[in-house]
Amino acid sequence: MISVDLHLARGHHIAFESRAQRVGISGASGAGKSTLLRCIAGLESATGRVTLGERVLQDANTRVPVWERGVGWVPQDALLFPHLSVAENLRFGGGDASQALAIAKDLEIPHLMDRRPRALSGGERQRVALGRALLSEPKLLLLDEPFSALDAPLKARVISVLSDWLEKHDIPLLLVSHTPSDLVLCGEHQVASAAGFGPAA
Amino acid sequence: MSAVWLSLQVGLLAAVLGLLPAMALGYLLARKRFVGHGLLSAVVLVPMVLPPVVTGLLLLELVGRNTVLGGALASIGLPLSFSFGGAVLAALIVGLPLYVWSARAAFTAVDPRLEELAATLGAPPKAQLWRVTLPLALPGLAAGAVLAFARGLGEFGATAVLAGNIEGETRTISLAVYQLLEDPSASGVSLLVGASVLLSLGALLAFEALNRWQQKRLEQP
Repeated sequence: MISVDLHLARGHHIAFESRAQRVGISGASGAGKSTLLRCIAGLESATGRVTLGERVLQDANTRVPVWERGVGWVPQDALLFPHLSVAENLRFGGGDASQALAIAKDLEIPHLMDRRPRALSGGERQRVALGRALLSEPKLLLLDEPFSALDAPLKARVISVLSDWLEKHDIPLLLVSHTPSDLVLCGEHQVASAAGFGPAA
Repeated sequence: MSAVWLSLQVGLLAAVLGLLPAMALGYLLARKRFVGHGLLSAVVLVPMVLPPVVTGLLLLELVGRNTVLGGALASIGLPLSFSFGGAVLAALIVGLPLYVWSARAAFTAVDPRLEELAATLGAPPKAQLWRVTLPLALPGLAAGAVLAFARGLGEFGATAVLAGNIEGETRTISLAVYQLLEDPSASGVSLLVGASVLLSLGALLAFEALNRWQQKRLEQP
């Protein structure tokens, strides 16, 4: 269960609680969706409370540091470490060579293992960033428009790989997207919409 | 020829010993916001605009043999005035502004979001520094070292005041050239001038190459 009650900058307030394993978040640009993910990851300080099941990531007395949160974060531009190869990027947060190769095969990028990020296309970068987050065995996965550079058939295959992985490893997901077809990943589950956003009343 | 060898030693030592302070100051100025940030940023540059002779004089006031600090250092076998150590110190201080400036630029060029990303992947601050920030800033730091080396190579004013002109100990290329000009019958000036030009050019070519490497290393599509 994910429970979030945060006061973001500029008077934005967001609160939601979900028993679902996967929560999709849509909403207008500038509504603070990316900021919300950054706050949950602990990269930005916002007052409030974030809990994941029994585990308190942040409240009035506690603030778990980013590197101990175990939160996989894939930002909108699929940030990669420019000095590391694809294989090294994949294994940055954990996982051995065979695990990295396995996920690379699932994501259809095994031929890119020795490449540097500057030699990758946008879609390839997104898949490396996604694979890297999964290999770090996160307790919660935060995805910010993660499929925007993938064509429709590839997107469908990646979504199915991701879906299987999340189920197998029992990882909850928070997905930010304003593409309705991305939110399919969250299935029947609750979708917190833009209603949760906006200046605090 | 001993002057060339001596200059190389002084320049290298200044570049090596300056690495930690330059990195620390560069990192502080690039990444942290604190009271006195602007002041520190300006103070670090002072040796670049101060006449080197004045820098030498100030250093003499600080670490000369008659001062507390200088006396203490001399008593443990590390005299910093009229000694080889003084020549290194003069080169280090005069080269430090360029060194810190390069380090600062190198750290500024590293996207702080890469450190954040490393944190979400489980890397605590020290690991972020070793695995992300330093490797990415490395070429820029090396460029700073080369620049500090080149500046130290040619140091004259501060060296003459603080370290004097002692054959084989503090008489670097610049001081040797000056010495030879005083004595019209002497030969060997052209050799020293040639060595000086070659070393400086070599250092600047290395600087250029390192800067290119830095840019390439940080490149994102």
